[in-house]
Amino acid sequence: MAAQASFIGQKNKKEQVYTDPWHMMNEAARTPSFFTGSEVIKEAVRRASCDIMVAYPITPQSEAAALCGELFAEGYIGDYFRGESEFAVMSQCAGAAFGGARVFTTTAGPGTMRAMENFPMWAGARLPIQMIVTCRGINSPLSIQPDTLEISYLMQTGMLVWHAETAQDFYDWILKGYMVSEEPDVHLPLALCCDGFFVTHTKDMVDLTPVDMCLPPYDPYRSPVPCMDMECPPVRMMRDPFVMKSNYISYATHASWQQEVWAAVERSRKHTIRWMDGLIDTENTDADIIVVASGTAVSQSREAIAILEEEGIKVGLVKVKTLRPWPGEEIREATKHANHIIVPEFNVTGWLAREVSATIPNNNRVHAGPHVCGGMTMPPEIIAAEIKTVLGVKAPSLAGRGG
Amino acid sequence: MTTSYRVMPGPEHFLPPSAASMGIRLPDPGQGHIHGSIVSEEEALEEAARQFLSAKVPTIFPGPLVLWAWNDKAAKKAKAIRHLYETIKECVDSSCQQAMLIPMPDYRPKYPKINPEIEINPNHPNLTIWHNKIDACMFVGVHCHQANLSLKIIRGGTNCYTIAMCAQAGHEDAMLSVRDATADKIIRLADWVKKLKGSVPPPVKH
Repeated sequence: MAAQASFIGQKNKKEQVYTDPWHMMNEAARTPSFFTGSEVIKEAVRRASCDIMVAYPITPQSEAAALCGELFAEGYIGDYFRGESEFAVMSQCAGAAFGGARVFTTTAGPGTMRAMENFPMWAGARLPIQMIVTCRGINSPLSIQPDTLEISYLMQTGMLVWHAETAQDFYDWILKGYMVSEEPDVHLPLALCCDGFFVTHTKDMVDLTPVDMCLPPYDPYRSPVPCMDMECPPVRMMRDPFVMKSNYISYATHASWQQEVWAAVERSRKHTIRWMDGLIDTENTDADIIVVASGTAVSQSREAIAILEEEGIKVGLVKVKTLRPWPGEEIREATKHANHIIVPEFNVTGWLAREVSATIPNNNRVHAGPHVCGGMTMPPEIIAAEIKTVLGVKAPSLAGRGG
Repeated sequence: MTTSYRVMPGPEHFLPPSAASMGIRLPDPGQGHIHGSIVSEEEALEEAARQFLSAKVPTIFPGPLVLWAWNDKAAKKAKAIRHLYETIKECVDSSCQQAMLIPMPDYRPKYPKINPEIEINPNHPNLTIWHNKIDACMFVGVHCHQANLSLKIIRGGTNCYTIAMCAQAGHEDAMLSVRDATADKIIRLADWVKKLKGSVPPPVKH
């Protein structure tokens, strides 16, 4: 396969220099800036050399989608348009990616669910589309508030799934996401999730890379599948339509195809570890009690740990950065000394606790909770109270405050 | 992750697992793998040459990325593959070995059907291997996804030894793989075949 000529050092039409991504992300000077999560999405995309962004408004991602529209007007994105629905958006993203474009889109909650059929198709077609998921409630009664239930569905699609805690994570991971997902041995879509509003609509200090540096463009010739041409319309990826036949080899082909998608998720592991400095972050893993969390539940857990520390209770922390690839070995290692593993979550079902339980030995150590959902906040005090309950220490009921 | 799993000639299973899911990891630049164990690139090239020299029907499956001559590098690589094929043909014992060159030219829809006697199909590679009694083969210039698909089906349904010379990161589902393939690297493999000629026992005659 022929490599595309290197673009490093050349300028794009906005006078940004195509920069070695490792240098840009790890060595270039950063500027502290005070931005909302949505504004951070815009700033990352400004530097991502995206060819196409397809938008459809749904709260809380609408603002980010609109801001990316401004980028188009400013000339930083090759093309930008609104789809008819979330399903249409994700199908249009597929068409653009089949054609060899670097594609970006954003979604949230019910929109994610409406478009769901496309995600395993993206993965099966090995399309490295990046989709920001600003999580919100998906069920009835309608809610626009943060709730991470949709992540549990995305984890089974074959996409890479990362869960950012802060706006800084979000900024860095959007750019690093393309580096991992476009590796020829990976070449999978990425669902980069954050907890809507908590991250998208709050301001935070974020260190930005120089605005005159951008990622090198996507090289479609490194794709593990042929690029689309006019004789090979979208989704006709195979020579024989084997799924139409009924024999052993037809089934074996389809089965192998599915296995290959999950093999690619496994292959993303080494690239993700390099770019993100590991699939998890840990603190005080020699403690008897460990909190395992992802997204903004990590921030709340940090506060809870500080509260408990003042009371003489030592608690460790595991921040899960990627859900696909799943950091099973890392979590087993980090929790090996713990007798109690607490998993606080912003959803009703406890998908993270289930994943952790399925991974570690002696999983009766896992305590699924506390849970909040429907947009409720998770005060650090309820995590601290839950830990005390697990330890048999009496804790006052938080809900009783002011009663 | 450490694993005791090894990628061996099949038939392995009703539905073999992907090697990546069993903990087999791809080589880094300058490396190759044999049965999933990381080795130096040179060691992998030497072993690939041994496999060709000891096979009854050593076969090269060039894919569209070299067959389509879509740029200078592809054309150069195609010439190198032809050279490798000619070298294998010269170095094997023609009384009991038959070198073959079978293209995998296109993955796009083709009707009424492919002829597995003359070209390999990524969805039905076992047919080509069965019909031609191929016991060692090499994939080169095949898009990675299609190569992995074929390599796994071959491992599941045949006893063929598979070698993948990949222009990208390599293939865990082959029994032996070399990455970052160039025309020069293919010629180095041909040099190994020439160098080892006469030192590798040919297959037993029937």
